[in-house]
Amino acid sequence: MKKPPVRWVALTAATVLTACFLLLPTLVVVPMSFNGSSTLGVFDGTWTTRWYDELLTSPAWRTAALNSLQVALGSTVLSTVLGTLAAWGLSKLGVYGRAIQGGSIAPVVVPPVILGVGLYSVFLTWQLNGTVLGLILAHTVLALPFVVIAVGASFAQLDPVYERAAASLGAKPFQTLRRVVLPLLLPGVVAGALFAFVTSWDEVVVSIFLTDAQTRTLPVEMWIQVRTQVTPTLAALGTCLLLVSSLALIAMQVLRRSERDA
Amino acid sequence: MTVGTVPAPRRRGLLGLGGGGWALVLPLVLFLAVFFLYPLVQMARESAAGGFAAYESILTSPVYRKVFGNTLTIAAATTAICLVLAYPYAYVMNRVSPRMRLALMAFVLLPFWASLLVRSFAWIALLQDSGLVNQALQALGLTDDPVSLIRTTPGVLIGMVHIMLPYMVLPLYTAMARVDDRLLLAASSLGANPRRRFVRVFLPLTLPGLAAGCLLVFTISLGFYITPALLGAPSQAMVGEVIAEQVEQFGLSTASALGIVLLTGTLVILVVIALLAKRLGRSAR
Repeated sequence: MKKPPVRWVALTAATVLTACFLLLPTLVVVPMSFNGSSTLGVFDGTWTTRWYDELLTSPAWRTAALNSLQVALGSTVLSTVLGTLAAWGLSKLGVYGRAIQGGSIAPVVVPPVILGVGLYSVFLTWQLNGTVLGLILAHTVLALPFVVIAVGASFAQLDPVYERAAASLGAKPFQTLRRVVLPLLLPGVVAGALFAFVTSWDEVVVSIFLTDAQTRTLPVEMWIQVRTQVTPTLAALGTCLLLVSSLALIAMQVLRRSERDA
Repeated sequence: MTVGTVPAPRRRGLLGLGGGGWALVLPLVLFLAVFFLYPLVQMARESAAGGFAAYESILTSPVYRKVFGNTLTIAAATTAICLVLAYPYAYVMNRVSPRMRLALMAFVLLPFWASLLVRSFAWIALLQDSGLVNQALQALGLTDDPVSLIRTTPGVLIGMVHIMLPYMVLPLYTAMARVDDRLLLAASSLGANPRRRFVRVFLPLTLPGLAAGCLLVFTISLGFYITPALLGAPSQAMVGEVIAEQVEQFGLSTASALGIVLLTGTLVILVVIALLAKRLGRSAR
């Protein structure tokens, strides 16, 4: 089939421009972070690693990074456990299961600002505002839908014959879970956990409402700094974060491939 | 609990009970009830704490009417721009070699995974008066004086389109991948020119993906807070910004009422469009 070239020139141009639009602001932080000028994004032709030194020696960033790590790990564990158990249960419940699965995805539909206000006002009474525990609980709500979807997809592929075979060979329910079900589901569970980690690690809006000066997470600290002044230190941090999320993305692709091959 | 006359139910509860599934789901349901539903209910109660005064002031004040107007306009414009950019992109993704497709997919996914704040301040740095975009415009001779791009509505749109584009590309890509090429060949062999083939065959077949993408982009855009607060004009604030501002000023009941209005609006739009799409899908079949 011969294609008229004009249409393809236009399509290719549109695609290249869109790709540049997608990539430019994501990648431009890398040269910005090595740029000598102290105004972010104004290139003066000199290069430096000063902004990385500043990033690594600043106590505010270190505290924020530690807070973020604690919250992300906590909510990853909690949401992976709750979500995996639920996905397992949902796979047995048929029509009701689908209804509950729909309900558990609801936190994605609700704008984060609204959840932030709601949690802020109940955490006032429960004295959870400005605590790491409060942040873990809030981020777990946001991460659960991703875990339920990722693990649910693995369960959908899991043949129930394996469970019955294990039971008929005398395995106790816990043994079946540990020795048969979990190994088969591992790629889905890891994918869900990765999603949960990234969700928490990058969460800003809800965290803005729930943190105080001691419990600021990395995104909240960034938000505060961006609002006052955009400095090249932010670009250095952005480059580090970009590296982390690229690695996560690659890990995800590898997982998906291994699941397909399995 | 037994399932009755069915001798071997396909998926009997592992814990020896027909209801084993429920025990596994219960922790999730309880958790979401306490930390998701209850806060929303509490917010609804908060919003109605002083009778319906908060709602009355929201619905009658011209300030809030303007805020809701801005929110709808910006979300609609974001959706339209995303669609215009994503449709050809998703189309090309379906027509290139697998290796090229992987690259195009990575370009979509990388920003999707990169920090929202990093991208927002990268836009500030790029769009500021002395930034690269203005330098490029001046070098090309398109303008003599720098164009104000941050703290303007075009600034918000650039930032929001960048964030929402993956949500449009992915459903469109999936819908287009499902189109059977033989249908296009049939259309050509029956004498349809490319334009007619596109309008009468390809476009209708990709309509479900298009609807899903638009729905996703529009409803998520309604609740935006960070991007408009950093890139937008303060006079063109969106609902999300006003809600956060109210909480900072301890106007929890106004914030809650605004939140309930935004939430109800979002849900109504979701349900209406989902029903419309279902009806459309049925009539297309």
